[in-house]
Amino acid sequence: MTNASRQIPDTRNLLDKIWDVHAVRELPSGQTQLFIGLHLIHEVTSPQAFAMLREMDLPVRFPERTLATVDHIIPTLSQQRPLADDLAEKMMSAIEKNCAEHGIRLLDPASGRQGIVHVIGPELGLTQPGMTIACGDSHTSTHGAFGAVAFGIGTSQVRDVLATQCLALSKPRVRRIDVSGKLAPGVYAKDVILSIIRRLGVKGGVGYAYEYGGPAIDAMSIEERLTVCNMSIEGGARCGYANPDETTVDYLRDRAFAPQGEAFDRAVRWWKSIASRPDARYDDRVELDGDAIAPSVSWGINPGQNIGVDERLPRPADAPAEERASLEEAYRYMSLKPGDPIAGTPIDVAFIGSCTNGRISDLREAARVARAGRVAPGVKALVVPGSQAVAREAESEGLHEVFLAAGFEWRLAGCSMCLAMNPDKLVDREICASSSNRNFKGRQGSPTGRTLLMSPAMVAAAAIAGRVVDVRGLL
Amino acid sequence: MTGIERVEGRACVLRGDDIDTDRIIPARFLRAVTFDGLGEHAFEDDRIQAKDDHPLDDERFAGASILIVGANFGCGSSREHAPQALMRWGFRAFIGASFAEIFAGNCTALGLPHVTLDAGDLAALMDAVVLGPAQAVTIDLVARSVTSRAGTVAANIPDGVRRQLLEGSWNATQVLLDAGSAIEATAARVPYLADFAG
Repeated sequence: MTNASRQIPDTRNLLDKIWDVHAVRELPSGQTQLFIGLHLIHEVTSPQAFAMLREMDLPVRFPERTLATVDHIIPTLSQQRPLADDLAEKMMSAIEKNCAEHGIRLLDPASGRQGIVHVIGPELGLTQPGMTIACGDSHTSTHGAFGAVAFGIGTSQVRDVLATQCLALSKPRVRRIDVSGKLAPGVYAKDVILSIIRRLGVKGGVGYAYEYGGPAIDAMSIEERLTVCNMSIEGGARCGYANPDETTVDYLRDRAFAPQGEAFDRAVRWWKSIASRPDARYDDRVELDGDAIAPSVSWGINPGQNIGVDERLPRPADAPAEERASLEEAYRYMSLKPGDPIAGTPIDVAFIGSCTNGRISDLREAARVARAGRVAPGVKALVVPGSQAVAREAESEGLHEVFLAAGFEWRLAGCSMCLAMNPDKLVDREICASSSNRNFKGRQGSPTGRTLLMSPAMVAAAAIAGRVVDVRGLL
Repeated sequence: MTGIERVEGRACVLRGDDIDTDRIIPARFLRAVTFDGLGEHAFEDDRIQAKDDHPLDDERFAGASILIVGANFGCGSSREHAPQALMRWGFRAFIGASFAEIFAGNCTALGLPHVTLDAGDLAALMDAVVLGPAQAVTIDLVARSVTSRAGTVAANIPDGVRRQLLEGSWNATQVLLDAGSAIEATAARVPYLADFAG
């Protein structure tokens, strides 16, 4: 490599480099057989995969490269076994049995390390730069915050990974998204990704991986980058990532599953070598002005239907013809009126948590707001830490007392009301201010329930006001 | 495995873009360890809210084996339960403006052809099927076409997906296993599995 400076410069981006390291071979279909360095599983999308494996009479090829937890169905009031809900207990038992049978490590509530799969991977140091990561969950894109290539897969593909530690994949194109400037106080990573999706649309990312960069991303903590990468899939991009830098290295040092001692120093050298350089090539480039981003609130039935908290709801007549039907459908479902301000919309429920915004920094920001008031009468407000580790940290800082004193409920770790596979659900037409990732029809457990996506601080502000308000006035 | 060269049958038209997998199969039906019984719950909440006016409950489309949809169909959650539910309802193939990536991958893994048409062709096909729901619609993967009373139009499908469907090689596990020890050889040169040596 002494002649490196005289060679053709390496203009591969991070995804190109990771792809090259993990490519096993080109398949007859033209796809790549890609080695998967870390496989994460949970109780909802894995049992059928294990059944398929049994049918094919195949073992798990690399059991030490798969890690399991329980998050989707886990109740957040009591996790005492057997779980009160028979179906949930059955799913919990199934993952325990499958993991025991195949020698897979399971981080259950008794381990003290349980949590949402996309929260525990990063906090344990399992998620590292340069890895290929797959999980039967669309929000696997979260792990890209470290400079990993991470994507959601279906259950048949969970079977593929269990049996071969590989996936058959077409290489995505890469769109570089630069966020310039500096975020104003009260503007968070959540507002950045909502603004990106609003600009590029919910299908703008199909066929692409999103590489996030620029001054506003560079200035973010790992937890903020996790929030941005988490919602790549809401923009249609199966994976999204930020390049590894000093922030990444500092985060990983001394984490339980991160390399230790001299191995860590060797790891850092490799991590830095895979980052996209300034002259890296991309299939597309987009720039967003970070200074101009306001606290954002979704008003419709997909995450692209969001506006700044100081804006008015869009008029379908002003929209391009092909979008009008979607806007009208959203208005019918949400019972909101074009031209009205989003601020002032009354809420019934406030939910702080999820793989998007259930980390300690999210709870700290929400608690800053919660300190200043009390949950409005008639509003049900839940705080659900993303993991047991997040809960412990929050409790050691006294954040749970802040929330409890303000009238929020303080729950046990899990996915909870993001998708309502446990008892935490909206009822009827309730409107929920939510720090989660999807405002789809029926997403939060009531077939007619309504979701307004926003940052955790905005959710806390809405809980206290009883309606959507601009958190910038409260900080 | 036997491949699929064409799917022929009656079709059902489901208009609208960005129909997500939570709508195709609401999360409460994922509380199970098998895919059994999902078919009857396909689009359950949409159908209840449409008060029997949903295309899946429209008698004229009863028995349809092809579902015709708009853009970005199957966006959102990666749940394979979505194509599983539609397959168990009776659909064998999809025609649309575009499909979300994970949904499309799940369809391929289940041997469910999913082709896209240009906007004008799709609109004409939807209109023709709504006017004449009893007609047969044919997806021809060999010729890359869709035929209906609206005529025969070009259908788009990625080469690799088409090949897997034609060959019957959509169970990727089998194909991936064929790499043999090349899998372990790759693992051995992945830096984080080799203690970052070298």
